[in-house]
Amino acid sequence: MILGIDVGGTHTDAVLLDGLIVRKKAKVPTNHEQLLDSLLAVTEEIFSDLGPDVLERVVLSTTMSTNAIVQGTVSPVGMIVAAGPGISPDFLRINDHTHIVSGYANHRGIIVSPVRDEEIDRVVSLIKDAGIDHLGIVGKFSTRNPGIETNIADRTADRFRHVSLGHRMSGNLNFPRRIATTYLNAAVWDIYNSFVNNINRFVSRFDGGYPIYILKADGGTFEIAQSVKCPVQTILSGPAASIMGILSLTECGEDAIALDIGGTTTDIAIFAGGVPLLEPLGVTIEGHKTLIRGLRTRSIGIGGDSRVRCEDGTIIIGPERAGPAAAFGGPAATPTDAMIVLNLAEIGDREKAVAAIDGISHKTGLSMVETAQAIYDSACEKITAAVQAMIREINNEPVYTVHELLEGKTIEPTALYVVGGPAEAMAPRLGELLRCRSEIPEHAEVANAIGAALARTTTELTILADTEQGVLTIVEEGIQIRIDSGFDREKAREVCREHLEKRAISMGARKDEIEIEITEDQSFNMVRGYFTAGKNIRIKGQVKPGLIAGLRKGTEA
Amino acid sequence: MKGTRKTGLIFFPAFDWAISPTHPEREERLLYTQDQVFEEGLLDFDNITEFKPGLATIEDINRIHVCVPDAQSVITESHLISAGGAITAADVVMQGKVDNAFALVRPPGHHAMRIVHGARGFCNINIEAIMIEHIRKKYGHRRVAVVDTDCHHGDGTQDIYWHDPDTLYISIHQDGRTLYPGSGFIEEFGGPNALGYTINIPLPPHTSQEGFLYTLDNLILPILDDYKPDLIINSAGQDNHYTDPITNMNFTAQGYAILNEKLSPHIAVLEGGYSIESALPYVNAGIILAMAGIDYSSVMEPDYDPEAIRQSPQITRYIEQEVKEIYQLWKDRGTKKAEITEGAGYLRRRRGIYYDTDNIEEDQIETIRICEDCGGLLTIDSRASTGNRVFAVIIPGQSCPACRKKGEQFFESIDRGTYDHVYFQDRDRDIYQVK
Repeated sequence: MILGIDVGGTHTDAVLLDGLIVRKKAKVPTNHEQLLDSLLAVTEEIFSDLGPDVLERVVLSTTMSTNAIVQGTVSPVGMIVAAGPGISPDFLRINDHTHIVSGYANHRGIIVSPVRDEEIDRVVSLIKDAGIDHLGIVGKFSTRNPGIETNIADRTADRFRHVSLGHRMSGNLNFPRRIATTYLNAAVWDIYNSFVNNINRFVSRFDGGYPIYILKADGGTFEIAQSVKCPVQTILSGPAASIMGILSLTECGEDAIALDIGGTTTDIAIFAGGVPLLEPLGVTIEGHKTLIRGLRTRSIGIGGDSRVRCEDGTIIIGPERAGPAAAFGGPAATPTDAMIVLNLAEIGDREKAVAAIDGISHKTGLSMVETAQAIYDSACEKITAAVQAMIREINNEPVYTVHELLEGKTIEPTALYVVGGPAEAMAPRLGELLRCRSEIPEHAEVANAIGAALARTTTELTILADTEQGVLTIVEEGIQIRIDSGFDREKAREVCREHLEKRAISMGARKDEIEIEITEDQSFNMVRGYFTAGKNIRIKGQVKPGLIAGLRKGTEA
Repeated sequence: MKGTRKTGLIFFPAFDWAISPTHPEREERLLYTQDQVFEEGLLDFDNITEFKPGLATIEDINRIHVCVPDAQSVITESHLISAGGAITAADVVMQGKVDNAFALVRPPGHHAMRIVHGARGFCNINIEAIMIEHIRKKYGHRRVAVVDTDCHHGDGTQDIYWHDPDTLYISIHQDGRTLYPGSGFIEEFGGPNALGYTINIPLPPHTSQEGFLYTLDNLILPILDDYKPDLIINSAGQDNHYTDPITNMNFTAQGYAILNEKLSPHIAVLEGGYSIESALPYVNAGIILAMAGIDYSSVMEPDYDPEAIRQSPQITRYIEQEVKEIYQLWKDRGTKKAEITEGAGYLRRRRGIYYDTDNIEEDQIETIRICEDCGGLLTIDSRASTGNRVFAVIIPGQSCPACRKKGEQFFESIDRGTYDHVYFQDRDRDIYQVK
């Protein structure tokens, strides 16, 4: 059986799954100071009549790193940035301890200017003098040649508790994002490590022997020992957990919309042919645009508890939450109160809901029930507009080949999955507005924990081959090997598959469940003068987000 | 990350299109530019937005070109996308979504003339002209200035706007005695009805940043101040760069950025530029930053050495003299025009046009009605080595009733005779007919 635990901001949820069958579910408040207590409390409930010896794996989703970043409780980090020419260094200083140094590679990975040792030594002294133990090293085009970063690391690593290298974060180009990602990785390293220590203490109370996985922002998992190397991958895994949960609880195989309507916000995700879409470059956290592969989600400030008010005859919902719904003793009218008035939900104190909506109807000039209807309609319409805007944005994403442009594949959702408190009350109307069949998955209240439990291990890998230079780079692994001039795209794909499989296994995947997909496959003739000087080959592969083999509604034996 | 202007970027590298596998205009051309743009994170700036190019239509092409035998047979899909990219750039500017936009698209277009029998100078259709006429059709008439900073004379754009006083065409390029297409001399100064509204500034080989910026400050910007266009378009070729393999100039990425900052075009459209690895990544990054009002002072080629490409004092003197001469010519355009057109009803020119990319020769006789009120009714008799012979009747934009009436009557009465086709193009009424 699989134990899935989602350590959320408010609640810690756990489910025990036997295949797809939910054997047990539990929910306790999260105690942020004593995380271990929450974990123990929730598992105690789960194992009240079962022994933990039935477990084959444990999967956790955590907001530890996310919260540390949001609350600014991260460690100070020294950053060494080898910038080269390009955008102004002013845009590259992520904190007061960012030092721009010489040395850089160009777009082909040719090292144009080397690192200067004395400069590095000087910068390291400055960082150490500031009492900093964490270092991030990032070079321009380091995904094309990690040499500059590894050279700096060789000279500095023994002086720091931890060093994060830019090229290990992602194979994608984007220097400012690489800096932000590397910085965040180093910044959450301590906090994440103490979380992992807690988890290890927690599981040591049971009979170990089963692997422990952590959910990543892309809705995939990696083994806990691997997660320590790249803790930044665990940020924003909260929405990913719910989305993966929806995927496992439905038979979604089409273009679809997933909504998680919470108290304060509604999270939107989109599935293309049953596969959740990823952010094109990476997720954004606290204004930091990163290269962290993550599910493409949009969050809008409308939820069941959003404060409703009326200004100049217009009903305004959210984005803030003043407290719970009036029906639950809150200070202001909310969409939840409107739904209670309209008999779409039978919860809380109806009289309080009526009183709150009535208070607004004086300003709207409508009857109390009409006001409730208007609030409900407006909330549904706002969510619909946000969903439509997101789909439009996805469908307008630029493409770079004639073929893709003319083919013009677009997302046209036909299904809508809704979880969260107001799901039942809002799903039918939202389905109408979005012209989709709407569905509320079973066990929706613990979809997040189920999603974490069933998510498969994911990873990606970038291969670059430059036959003129005779170099092949396995980007995220920081490996460069010699190749001969006959090396071609076919061979590059083979290398990609082989190393991607190895990488996935090292992350915790089981060999029999690795599904590799090549996502980018390009080969350019490099012509100098009028002769072909070589080939520039670019291959990307991934194990895409999905569920552990066979564990999907409709596929169980 | 912020800048001072909202800039739209239409990036279409056409990674699956080439004239031929080893042609300069091939798949690889914008590969390293894409790398640089992505790596610098330019698309993450709040004031830079990328837009997906639309597709131009055959109607868009027929609004300005006469393609022989028809538009479908002289283009590929990639041309519709690059023209469509330019149109998208225009739309986002005209609709106020951005302050300016850069269509970083290929294939280019500025050697494509009004009549198109095939490809010249890697160009089939003129993407800027198609864009300009789209703007006029959709948003109303605009006075437009095209500043062509490609190293090659933009003879196609010159040809299309030769008779149009409402489109000022300024080309700065390597002297035509030393480079394709061998035209663009000072004396090419516009047709009789639009004398002065074509300005050619041939610069000697090895002109550096100093010479380009001197010309900009002392000639191009003053002329634009006089002309007061509604829109400025930069036909942004990048082959004046010191590393370009098929030209001989010494311009730099910094220079291109400064030029775009000073010129401040509403729309820039990529033209040529074939130093795909050593120049384009840096030039394009510089132009994008300059257009968006973001500090570009750190954009520099890895091998940049100002001493190695310094301009000689002789070149400096030559340019200073030339700039003075051309500015005087511009000032005198009214009197010069009177001398040429006095007493004339129609004027005719005959010329040979060579399509180097497709190896076609064309013999063209162009007749313009001398008109004080509009660009003038134009007819073209064109015979190509492909065996095609066509005749075109073209009523200009903002046409006067007399030119329109004569053009309509002429097309009505004309017999196809020995011509394969007779075309009628009416820009104001957006009519395109073929006999």
